[in-house]
Amino acid sequence: MKKPELLVTPTSVAHIDELAEAGADAVIIGEQRYGLRLTGEFSRHDVAAAVKAAHRRGMNVYVAMNAIFHNDKVDELGDYVAFLADVGADAIVFGDPAVLLTVRETAPHMKLHWSTETTATNWYACNYWGRKGAKRAVLARELNMDAILEIKAHAEVEIEVQVHGAMCMYQSKRSLIGSYFEYQGKVMEVERKKYEKGMFLYDKERDNKYPIFEDENGTHIMSPNDVCIIDELGDMVEAGIDSFKIDGILHEPRYITEVTKLYRRAIDLCADDRERYEREKEELLAAVEALQPPHRRIDTGFFFKETIY
Amino acid sequence: MLLKNDRISEIIDGKRVIVKKPELLAPAGNLEKLKIAVHYGADAVFIGGQEYSLRANADNFTIEEIREGVEFANRYGAKVYVTANIYAHNENIPGLDDYLRALEDAGVCGIIVADPLIIETARRVAPKLEVHLSTQQSLTNWKAVQFWKEEGLERVVLAREVGAEEIRQIKEKVDIEIEAFIHGAMCSAYSGRCVLSNHMTARDSNRGGCCQSCRWDYDLYQLSDGREIPLFEKGDAPFAMSAKDLNLIRAIPVMIELGVDSLKIEGRMKSIHYVATVVSVYRKVIDAYCADPDHFTIREEWVRELEKCANRETAPSFFDGFPDYTNHMYGTHSRKTTHEFAGLVLGYDPETGIATVQQRNHFRPGDEVEFFGPEIENFTQVIEKIWDEDGNELDAARHPLQIVKFKVKRPLFPYNMMRKEN
Repeated sequence: MKKPELLVTPTSVAHIDELAEAGADAVIIGEQRYGLRLTGEFSRHDVAAAVKAAHRRGMNVYVAMNAIFHNDKVDELGDYVAFLADVGADAIVFGDPAVLLTVRETAPHMKLHWSTETTATNWYACNYWGRKGAKRAVLARELNMDAILEIKAHAEVEIEVQVHGAMCMYQSKRSLIGSYFEYQGKVMEVERKKYEKGMFLYDKERDNKYPIFEDENGTHIMSPNDVCIIDELGDMVEAGIDSFKIDGILHEPRYITEVTKLYRRAIDLCADDRERYEREKEELLAAVEALQPPHRRIDTGFFFKETIY
Repeated sequence: MLLKNDRISEIIDGKRVIVKKPELLAPAGNLEKLKIAVHYGADAVFIGGQEYSLRANADNFTIEEIREGVEFANRYGAKVYVTANIYAHNENIPGLDDYLRALEDAGVCGIIVADPLIIETARRVAPKLEVHLSTQQSLTNWKAVQFWKEEGLERVVLAREVGAEEIRQIKEKVDIEIEAFIHGAMCSAYSGRCVLSNHMTARDSNRGGCCQSCRWDYDLYQLSDGREIPLFEKGDAPFAMSAKDLNLIRAIPVMIELGVDSLKIEGRMKSIHYVATVVSVYRKVIDAYCADPDHFTIREEWVRELEKCANRETAPSFFDGFPDYTNHMYGTHSRKTTHEFAGLVLGYDPETGIATVQQRNHFRPGDEVEFFGPEIENFTQVIEKIWDEDGNELDAARHPLQIVKFKVKRPLFPYNMMRKEN
C-alpha cells in the first residue's frame, strides 16, 4: 500500500540528519520574514545547507512563504523565489496569491503547496488552487475525519493533513503582547519582553492554557493541547492521503525526533501489517503521551468532533 | 496626507467638486433595517441570506424578503449585495447552485464571497451577479488584488489591516473597485485566520458561529523553569485581544481622494437606531466633502452624533499606521450607549403639530427627547401630554411597539427617529 509522506519541522540544519534517521520523508523550513510559525529560523545560508543535507538523505524540502504579505514585501518575493529555485527547494508553501503570481513569473516549474491554515475546508477550493498551479493542498485543521476523507476522494491535488502537534487558533497583525505591556505602563520592558518564549493565556472557564507569541508576522495563539492521532491513521492511509505532518512548534528538537520515530513506525505498520498496527497502536499512543512535557496534553483535535455554526 | 486626486474631481464654475463620489455601503440585518439604511442615505446595503453568510445569529433574509428589499432599494436607486462569505465545507456544497440562482432572480446586484467554490459557482450558474471578494480573504497587497482582478472579480474588500498609504499603492497599480471599512466592529485577527470559536466552543467562526472569544478576558503567564509566573499584578486589567471599534469619520476626505469606490459600515447585528445614526452622519460628511472639498471641515456635531449610538470605544486602527495599545480594550469591552432609541415616527399632522410615534423604549411626559432624520435638522424638546390612538391620555408610553401621539415643536416625517439620553 502507498505510504503517506511523513513531513516534519526541523529546528536547525543539524536536526535534519536526526530526523532523517528517525524516518522523516520531508521537512518544512523557512524564515519568519516569509513563513508562518516555523519551528526553526533558517537563513538563506541555512536553507541552502538544509536542502543539501535533506537531499543527501533522500528527503524533500519545502520552504514556507505562507505569510500574509503587505505591499512592502511584494517586490522582494521574486528574489526569494529565485533563490529557492536556485538551491533546489522541492516546493514552496504559500497562502497569499501574490506568491503564486510571483512563482509563475520567476520560477514556473517550482512546485506549490497551498496552505492558509484555516481556509482549505472543501474539495472544490483545493482543486481550484490546483487549477491555479498548486500541486498540493494543506487542509484546515478544523475538519473531521469524514470531511478529510471526502475531500481526498474528490481531490485532484495532493492532500496534506496535520496529524500531530500544536494548531494555530488565531493570527493578528497587532502587537497584542506588546500592547498589553504598554497598557500596564511597562514601556521599558516591551521590546525585550514581547518576543520571549513560554508565554500563555489562561482561560479560567475552560481551564485551558493557550500558548501565545509575537514575531514579525504579528501575534499568534496556539491550541491548548497537541493533536495526536497516531492510533487513528488507518482510514487516512487507506484513503491515500498524501502527506502527514508533525508540527513541532513549541517543542524541543529531541521531542520532535522521538515523535517522528513513533509516527514512522505507525505509518509503516499501518501500510504493511494493518493487524499488527491495530494491536500496537495503543502502545504507540502511550509512547507519545510519555514524551509530552508536563504542561502539554494531547487530544484528537477536530478529527472526531462535531462543529456547529 | 490629503493628496488631491484629479481623476475623481473636476473644476465646475471655478470650484473643485468631486465627481466620482464613493458609494456609502450600509449593513442591514433585516428588512426594516434595510429600509432605514436606504432611507437614511445609503447608496447600497449588504444583507445576509439564510445560508452561506457569516452572521448565524442575525435575523437574515428569506429569498422573498430579499426580493422585497431589492424592490425597495431600487426605488431609491440603491443596490443590494448579499454576503455569502463563509468558508464552505463539503456539506455546504449541495444547494449552493439553487441559492445563487435565486439571488440572481431576486434582482440582487452582487454577492460578497471568500471561498473560490462560491466564486466559480456564481460565475457558472448566476453570471449576472457581480462577485466581490470578502474581507475574509484578508487581502493585504496589490499583487494579491491583481490575482483576483485576473480572476474576473468586479470588486475587492481590503483587509482591515491595510492603511491609507497601502490603499493608495493598490489603487495606483490595479484597476479594480476597492471597498474599505470606515466604521464598526473589528476582528482583531486577520479575518478568516481565526478559529478561536472552533476551539473554545465548537462553533465554526468561518461559517458564522463566531462567539467573539477575542473579547473575553485571559490571564497572561510565562512558563519559566516549570513555574508559571503571572505577567500582571494585582489590580491590573486582564489580557484581551479586544480591538476598539473602527471610526474613520475624520479620514473620509482622505478615503475619497484615494479613490476608494465603496465606504463600508460594519454591523448587520446592530439596531435600526445605530444604522440610521451612522448612515446619516456619513451621508452628510460625504456629501459635504464632495460638494466643496477645498473648504471642507468636519463638524464636531457629526462626531458627537456618532457617539450617541456607540457602545464601544473607537479608534482609527491601521488607517494611519500601526495601532498601539490605545486601539485595544482591557477590562471593559462595552458600555451602555449614551442615548437610546425611544420611538419611530409614523406620521405628522401639520394642522395640529401632532406626531404619531411607534414606541421603541419607555418614555413619559417630561422626558427630553431628540428627533433626527434625513429631512430634518436634529432638535430636542420636552414631551408634554401623550395620548394613545383613541385619544386617551397616558402617563407613559410603556409598551413595545405601542402607537402614541403627542405634540412636537417642528415638522416630522415618517421614519424620523426619536432618541433620549440614558
